Amino acid sequence: MTIQQIVFIVFALIITAGGVGVLVQRNPLYSAFSLILSFIGLAAMYILMGAQFLGVIQIVVYAGAIMVLFVFVIMLLNVRDDELHPDRHKYLLYIGVPLGLGLIAEVFYVVTRVQIAPAITDMHATGTVGTVERIGVGLLTEYLLPFEATSVLILMAVIGAMHLAKREKE
Amino acid sequence: MPLLLFSQPFMDSPLIPLIIEWSLKIFFIFGGLMTALAYLTWFERRVLAYIQMRLGPNRVGPAGLLQPLADGIKFIFKEDIVPLDADKFLYTLAPIMSLVPALTCYVLLPFGDKFVMPGLNREIPLHITHVNVGVLAIFALTGMGVYGIVLAGYASNNKYSLMGGLRSSAQMVSYELAMVMSIIGVLLQAGSLDLVEICKHQAGWFGMQWHLFTYPPTGIIGFFIFLIAMVAETNRVPFDLPEAETELVAGFHTEYSSMKFAMFFIAEYANMVTASAMATILFLGGWMGPFVDQFPLLGPVYFTAKVGFFLFLYVWLRGTLPRYRYDQLMNLGWKFLLPLSLVNLVLTATIALFFM
Repeated sequence: MTIQQIVFIVFALIITAGGVGVLVQRNPLYSAFSLILSFIGLAAMYILMGAQFLGVIQIVVYAGAIMVLFVFVIMLLNVRDDELHPDRHKYLLYIGVPLGLGLIAEVFYVVTRVQIAPAITDMHATGTVGTVERIGVGLLTEYLLPFEATSVLILMAVIGAMHLAKREKE
Repeated sequence: MPLLLFSQPFMDSPLIPLIIEWSLKIFFIFGGLMTALAYLTWFERRVLAYIQMRLGPNRVGPAGLLQPLADGIKFIFKEDIVPLDADKFLYTLAPIMSLVPALTCYVLLPFGDKFVMPGLNREIPLHITHVNVGVLAIFALTGMGVYGIVLAGYASNNKYSLMGGLRSSAQMVSYELAMVMSIIGVLLQAGSLDLVEICKHQAGWFGMQWHLFTYPPTGIIGFFIFLIAMVAETNRVPFDLPEAETELVAGFHTEYSSMKFAMFFIAEYANMVTASAMATILFLGGWMGPFVDQFPLLGPVYFTAKVGFFLFLYVWLRGTLPRYRYDQLMNLGWKFLLPLSLVNLVLTATIALFFM
């Protein structure tokens, strides 16, 4: 067992615990914090794979920016107690559990059947894969069109948000 | 499990001397840091007192030098109060979430270049870890600090706390933008997000290569935007709206007492030191100074001196300036600093393209 495997197992447990936490918590604020825990674990996974930039961006964007807004909204709306315990739709249980089990079975099938690439053992040989330079060059040459399209999409979202926020009250 | 941990591949790897080196560095840096943070409170109270024509704490030990120790003991022995209707889990978690990211930043800061340990013949870099996206990692960690404050405001079940928490997080989120924008010019010049590379890029020419002076006037503009945003990020005077005592009692930490309050306190001072260290690294050349190439151990000395200047600036501002109003604060951040930093970025890029 190498040190990478130990770190992997620790963070895999954290991610899973965070994911389960999001589902089972009754208080939405606790769910949000479970999700943050899961994001931080995911960032650690990226760093473990040598993608330092992606790992840090994961924390900056998801844990640092998006989840702050989530927490903000949850706090400001201040969900009342009766809304915390909505009527359970019993039939959802009968649909959800088989679907979930089916998904897990598919994942197992894929994991056992697909040829997994040999593990990268030498971190220094592949040290440039996840660097800012490589991502920057990739974004502005090979993947320029998707990059620009995403930028336009984000611009549209910003303008839409501004329009909604500035709309005159009738 | 212990067997697995110390199994053959793990023991044979060259990690063991590395782990010893890291442990020693972590021990010395954090030991020194915690002492420095304690003495920062003493320094602040003394300097503030002199600004206000008082003497400040001078009773405990020579010149009041044992005051931080007395404060620490007092914090530990105070009663730890949890408000009746508070969310007990989140209430306890909040100070931890505030302190952990604040302290984790020190893992990334470079205090100097490599030096060769005499006797061991081992090259030791004067930083704990070397991440090639150091700048981003520091911003990621300081961004996580918002949660501690938001949670403290929410979990205390007190309207003043909640208002303080909301104000603080809105302020930190707003000023983070201007802060990051103001340093893109520096990153453009250094061509790296690596804190060590950024420091090395500013070597030579007796400080004229510092990013403060290069590409005039963009360096100076960027530096001042960073300075203002950094004071706002750490919630200090004149931007200490979250704990405006005339309006909000003590803001997000109104209900906190004992060691939990002390943890917020330490986190605030740790963030001040991190922000000062970032200003030093990005604009004032980090550990660079005369003869640092010949004697690498001079690096931490220069670094500490420069960080000390910024810490003095914090105290100086606190002693001199009145507090902003909340709408003024938001206007300054969004309508002045952010556009100015964008213009500055374009200017830097133009200079880089046509004149360099």
